[in-house]
Amino acid sequence: MNRQAQAVVLLLFGGAILKASITDLHLRYVKEGLRPFLLLTGAFLVLTAIFTLWYELRPAAGRKRAQPVPDPGHSETHDHAHHEPRVGWLLLLPVIALLLVAPPALGAFTAGQSGTLTATAESDYGPLPEGDPVAVGLLDYASRSIYDDARSLAGRRVQLTGFLSTGPDGGPMLARIVVSCCAADGRPIKIGLTGGPAVDVPSGTWLQVTGRHSTRRAKDPVNQADIAYLEVEQWQPITPPKQQYE
Amino acid sequence: MTDTLVKDPPARPGSRGIGSVEVLAALLVLLVIFRGPLSGRVAGPELQTWTTVFVSVLVQAVPFLVFGVLLSAVIAVFVPASFWARALPRRPALAVPAAGLAGVVLPGCECGSVPVAGALIRRGVTPAAALAFLLASPAINPIVLTATAVAFPGNPEMVLARALASLAVAVLMGWLWLRLGRTDWIRLPHRPEPAGKGRAFWSACRHDMVHAGGYLVIGAAAAATINVVVPESWLQTLASDPILSVLALAVLAVLLSICSEADAFVAASLSQFSLTSRLVFLVVGPMVDLKLIAMQTGVFGRGFASRFAPATFALAVLAGTVTGWVLL
Repeated sequence: MNRQAQAVVLLLFGGAILKASITDLHLRYVKEGLRPFLLLTGAFLVLTAIFTLWYELRPAAGRKRAQPVPDPGHSETHDHAHHEPRVGWLLLLPVIALLLVAPPALGAFTAGQSGTLTATAESDYGPLPEGDPVAVGLLDYASRSIYDDARSLAGRRVQLTGFLSTGPDGGPMLARIVVSCCAADGRPIKIGLTGGPAVDVPSGTWLQVTGRHSTRRAKDPVNQADIAYLEVEQWQPITPPKQQYE
Repeated sequence: MTDTLVKDPPARPGSRGIGSVEVLAALLVLLVIFRGPLSGRVAGPELQTWTTVFVSVLVQAVPFLVFGVLLSAVIAVFVPASFWARALPRRPALAVPAAGLAGVVLPGCECGSVPVAGALIRRGVTPAAALAFLLASPAINPIVLTATAVAFPGNPEMVLARALASLAVAVLMGWLWLRLGRTDWIRLPHRPEPAGKGRAFWSACRHDMVHAGGYLVIGAAAAATINVVVPESWLQTLASDPILSVLALAVLAVLLSICSEADAFVAASLSQFSLTSRLVFLVVGPMVDLKLIAMQTGVFGRGFASRFAPATFALAVLAGTVTGWVLL
């Protein structure tokens, strides 16, 4: 792999990173906070490619400025051509993955394979915000249900958003992937659905579910963690949100 | 085909550099033509999840790699070798802990520290000190320790245990290298030093980026494979045994190759495992993992990586267990 090919690969790689960070594509893989750094990274890669091409294609001009004595620049470039890292070709794989395949955010497969997150106990659960129904995150709902004995959920109608997954007993579950850094550490949080109209859409469909707290509990067969339940009043399929992770 | 084309140019000076660029162009045209069938292939849930995890490990690591590449290019081109002779203690045995502590202040992830350590060795820093820096910098910088504190709100002693155990491993590995290490195990890849600072700077950036980046791709692919292939339920049976759980999480840390900024959250979520085994996970992860082994092979050579990684692994497991036993 010679330097010009390396420059083109870096240009493509930088371009793919720039495209992912300018559009919402990066939200499928990393946290939003990484975006400014991704933009800088893409810009740096493109710059590296441009400077490499500049020095490669105009070696005479580059050398004149650097050192006045003309030397056999061409032949020197040759001798090193096959010492250049061949492993660099692999950088085309992420380019293909980002620009041509653009894989979706983690979903039902991960939810089925990994155990639900154990919600961390907080010492103090404030009251839910105003609203009827009130929108609550899945993780928040689970920890209020399991560690606060549902005190703050009592008498309230809540609205949960997530994708459909299959529970341990074959019943429907609402799940969402929680990501702390990038999708590689993504783990599901699962809420069982009970009662209400039968959920008859395929697994992986995004739903908005309204309902009340249920005292029912189940154990996730994968990691024996507690799963909280929601007594469903109504549900509707929705288009997947821009930020699919919680 | 690639080989012959790349090796061809020296024989025919007129066709210089056309080889790999032509291959690349042909490859890209083929990709654009077969775009439809290609994305159709990546439809099964396993392959889709694999691709998502592969891309996300890469996208998450690339800014840190770029930071490391930039820093190492600055070290290689703009910082004179005499600076390191003055900055670090003259005696290697003292330079090792000094370099380890220097790792505390530099925020970065393990991908960035590999090229930086390579640049330090090129600039004449004693390899033992550069290696102590390589191990300490991703494990105990302020960002990682803050993340650990956030992930373990009920166990603040976890932060102290992680910092102490990681620093101990970094310094001990440095000293071990002083005693047993041989310089010829380290084979830094040949990097021509062109004349002119600007030219040398961009040449170093390009070379390190393509080289370390290529190995990062290998590591990300390995981590994605483990993520998809190993079901979590296997781990559950191991968690109950105190010795097996330590070994299981140590191996898991190597296989998962999670960034050191994120591994505390993953460790916190493995709540059925003992605190000591999770500490071992946090100490091993930033020092030895698939992605790092691949990158160390690329930057320092195979002879180095095949000795350094197992030794670090053993020492990290030991230090993590002892620290956990005493502190947690």
